[in-house]
Amino acid sequence: MEIVDHYLYTKEHEWVNFEDNIVTVGITDYAQSALGDITFIELPDADTEVEQFEEFVSVESVKAASDIYAPMSGRVVEVNHHLEAHPELLNKSCYTKGWIAKIEISEPEEKSNLMTAEEYGSFLETLEEKES
Amino acid sequence: MLVEETLKQTPLFAVHRSLNARMVPFGGWDMPLQYEGILAEYETTRRACAVFDTSHMGEFLVEGDHAQSGLDGLITCSLKDMPLKTCRYATLLNAEGGVMDDLIVFRLAQERWFIVVNGATTAKDANQFQAHISKQAVFRNISQDLGKLDVQGPLAREVLKSLVPQIEKLSYYTFDEFVVLGEKVIVSRTGYTGELGYEIYFPWQKTPELWNSIFKDKRVKPAGLGARDVLRLEMGYSLYGHELDETISPLEAGLEKFVDFNKDFIGKAALLKQKQAGVKRKLVCFSSESRRSPRTGHKIYNADQQEIGLVTSGTFSPSLAKGIGMGLVVAGSGAKGEKILFGDAHNTISGEITARPFYKNSSLKN
Repeated sequence: MEIVDHYLYTKEHEWVNFEDNIVTVGITDYAQSALGDITFIELPDADTEVEQFEEFVSVESVKAASDIYAPMSGRVVEVNHHLEAHPELLNKSCYTKGWIAKIEISEPEEKSNLMTAEEYGSFLETLEEKES
Repeated sequence: MLVEETLKQTPLFAVHRSLNARMVPFGGWDMPLQYEGILAEYETTRRACAVFDTSHMGEFLVEGDHAQSGLDGLITCSLKDMPLKTCRYATLLNAEGGVMDDLIVFRLAQERWFIVVNGATTAKDANQFQAHISKQAVFRNISQDLGKLDVQGPLAREVLKSLVPQIEKLSYYTFDEFVVLGEKVIVSRTGYTGELGYEIYFPWQKTPELWNSIFKDKRVKPAGLGARDVLRLEMGYSLYGHELDETISPLEAGLEKFVDFNKDFIGKAALLKQKQAGVKRKLVCFSSESRRSPRTGHKIYNADQQEIGLVTSGTFSPSLAKGIGMGLVVAGSGAKGEKILFGDAHNTISGEITARPFYKNSSLKN
């Protein structure tokens, strides 16, 4: 599974890229692979206030519906509307073209609740051990 | 883990593993859900040729006269007028008229029948056959002897020509016995995808050899249960355990044309009673107005938001680029074109009752 070194991660398999007080959010390679072909995404409206680890996006794959959680509290400032017509970008380019939303964060200290790439890598290994 | 140990494996289990297939439990079997991805495998089946491992399915042999053997009284389709080397779809009913299984019967000879049943229901079906096939006739459950591959897609005939040179003579829902890789086997022109396709019943241990021979043709790719479910739903085909079960009658499931009321069979009295009183619910097809898909267990509501039924299967339809589903609704509702809503506690999605199948212009009868 691909992991981007300078991103931070959640246990629900979201990635977070920090640029000052704006974070870009998406789902990880592990998440897109586990979901399978994604066929639908429901994005929040801009200006929606979200709380850390609260559901803020719905996705559907061929097989099932799932939620994506906000990795940090704040205000949604931009969403990737391109995904609505091309949800397959979440599978094909989860770390770049498949970005989901940008959040202006309100609680910077919440960053400590996220995992580094190294920690997330170890977390994935424990999941794989459980699976096998 | 305990659960995994009890799952049965097809003769191609090692092959699926080597292809990095994602495996899932399905009716007691450890089966490939997907290889490269459900949508890619769907496209392969609709545009080229895919091979599905369906070795989990059960096969029975019955030898005897259609009526005296008891077979005619067990399954709902007409047998007496069945030409040799043809297949028919039928249901196996309990005394209450509920569907114990759906199956395909093959007439091998005047008094020799081959029956293909679902994997999850094979043991139950075998018990029912054992109990009702006459002692003077022969009943054999040969499921453990036979693997099965479904070769499906517009290129299926071209692909199989080198292995089965006489394949061209098979028309839809017929079969014959051919020598394939030195084995005399049944090949039928049947399937569960809506495309031109064949099912090959092959000696269990040698099924990997057949698999490898077919894959010498580079136009062929493997497809799993995920794609199979999307393909069958686009055709509006029922899946046992979803659209059919022991509490659902073939009349409710829209399968009356596979029931011959001119003969006696288990469940007939119950069906006649149901016919007289009118069915209380019926199976319908419907589509979503968006890319949102119905899911098994979603409730179905009419335009006035009154609950009218339950979704039995749902998926995203790649050909329509929207959600599609099947469901059981109360009789009197669910007319074609009727606007409906479906969903769970979180979401309600708009849709419309549609005609079956969802996918038209398939290569099924090419």
